[in-house]
Amino acid sequence: MRRAEVAVGSALLAALFGLIFWAAGGRWPGVISALVLLALGALTAWFLRRRVGAWRYQERNEDLLVARGVLVQRLSVVPYGRMQFVEVTAGPVERLFQLSTVKLHTAAAASDARIPGLERAEAARLRDRLTELGESMAAGM
Amino acid sequence: MTDAPLQPAPPNEDWCRLHPLTPIARIGRLVPAFVLLLLISTVHSKAENGTAETDYLIAFTLLSAVYGYIHWMVTRWRFEGDTLRIETGLIRKDSRRLPLARIQAVDIVRPFLARLLGVSELRIRLAGSGGTDGKLAYLSEAQAAELRLVLLAGHVDAATAASSNTGLPMASVDTARLLASVFLSLVTMIVVGTVSALIVLDQFEPKTAAAAAAFLAVYLLSAAGVIWRRLSGQYAFIAVEAPEGVRIQRGLLQTISETVPYGRIQAVRQVEPLLWRPFGWCRLEVDVAGATGRNQRGEGTSVVRKALLPVGSQQDSWHLLARLLGGPDPERTAPPGRARLKAPLSFHFLSAGHDAAHAVCVTGRINRATTWVPLEKSQSIRRVQGPLQRPLGLATVHVDVAGKRARAEFRDRSIDEADQLVAELTALSRAARSGHGDAAPAAGRDAAPSGWYPDPAGRHEQRYWHEGRWTEHVANGGRRSADAPTPSP
Repeated sequence: MRRAEVAVGSALLAALFGLIFWAAGGRWPGVISALVLLALGALTAWFLRRRVGAWRYQERNEDLLVARGVLVQRLSVVPYGRMQFVEVTAGPVERLFQLSTVKLHTAAAASDARIPGLERAEAARLRDRLTELGESMAAGM
Repeated sequence: MTDAPLQPAPPNEDWCRLHPLTPIARIGRLVPAFVLLLLISTVHSKAENGTAETDYLIAFTLLSAVYGYIHWMVTRWRFEGDTLRIETGLIRKDSRRLPLARIQAVDIVRPFLARLLGVSELRIRLAGSGGTDGKLAYLSEAQAAELRLVLLAGHVDAATAASSNTGLPMASVDTARLLASVFLSLVTMIVVGTVSALIVLDQFEPKTAAAAAAFLAVYLLSAAGVIWRRLSGQYAFIAVEAPEGVRIQRGLLQTISETVPYGRIQAVRQVEPLLWRPFGWCRLEVDVAGATGRNQRGEGTSVVRKALLPVGSQQDSWHLLARLLGGPDPERTAPPGRARLKAPLSFHFLSAGHDAAHAVCVTGRINRATTWVPLEKSQSIRRVQGPLQRPLGLATVHVDVAGKRARAEFRDRSIDEADQLVAELTALSRAARSGHGDAAPAAGRDAAPSGWYPDPAGRHEQRYWHEGRWTEHVANGGRRSADAPTPSP
């Protein structure tokens, strides 16, 4: 999803800057700036790909595991009983690709369990399952 | 209607009014602002005639008096079965129903003027994160105390609640120590340093000194305000053991009596600043959930940090900790030596450990902070490995509890240990949760098996722990003797 965003964005930027430089300083500066921007876009896309690839989650019997990060690797264990609420969001680009983000909120501000880029059906299933499990295991403060 | 006599206290179901002196006591809140305004106006009107400002001031006072009187007239409260109903407001009506069963704590606050008038304010905190809390300002002192007992009778036995008014004192802070501790704090050091630097500068370069003083005046004043608040807020601090929690009384001009319920404690922190360490002093703070305060959007429950002991000796601190945490202190271990490369400064004190009920960790170099987190309250467990930690084979494990600031960090453990910790802590906190529900303040107490543990009072090497309490059996270097566990200070 992000990759698509970046690809479209960098291509547009490259075209725009290319045209501007073409108009301002002739053909070569325009071509070079466009190429540099395209290369930057490709690099970002590669980083994002690794980042998305490192994003895993696992539903266990009593808790949800979310692992993410390449440079800084994080692993969160969130017990279902501690969930305050589940949030499903979908931005405009996400909607374009039929994707959504599931976010779990607990009473602690630091424990962020966010799973982006889920297929819509999977997101709905996860949301329902989490809510159901959260209700059955809810624990007081 | 205006001179309605005070109703005898509940449980009758008639409407009751606040104390007739309420409007005057309410004006007392504005006194500091008045004094400030008066100061400003006199400074401004040095040249001209300053009558206009004083006229405004008098008019303003009258206006707020009238408002206070109207407010008093329209505010009333009564018991309706199991709920306390408070109605207030002339233009915007506000009616609150506080179910007695959900009342978490009742605080009594007495600002300076209210103390002179012999009235006090009652603050009622509810359980859960609804965010509604009741306030009755002001009631006569006797009535406030009585009402507090009635309100708390719902979940605490009325008899024990009554007796607990003179409960066991757990810790107190004498004035000399408070003064010394505030003096030895960073803020005071900065203020004293700056002022003395200004005085020295004044000897040589009066002009520069004057300019610098004018520039720094605002900061110095606000710093002085901070120091003053610390002093007056924690003056005559007494912590008393009550059945529902620790009851705290403190304050110089405004006295506050509040309760920290055992079951709501999310984390306990013992802080030992550098300057206090030679004296063996420390500060105890607790994070309490569901205290008065607004809910942040999406953050679940509001958590407030409270000083349980503004300054005390290790002994006092241990005494309180033993009561709060119950069981013996979990054994702590230091991270592997290679962590020194990643955290050269803070490595010195870095250590952490856990048992079946609590996780404990020590962090910080200048302010050594020891944090205890009941695993029962853990919200999530995280393992984080930064780019510096990876080549060293280190990782940090966090145990998060409700709130923004509180957490226990097992910082810079070896990666295998971290993995093991995550699994262990997850299992342990699951057991702690399912074992006791939400109202189990004694979670840690029963969890620890009987045996010899380090003496919490610090007087002996080891002390025997049996069936949820410390016994008088102690041991030093293998030799046994007897000494009562916790003599009252």
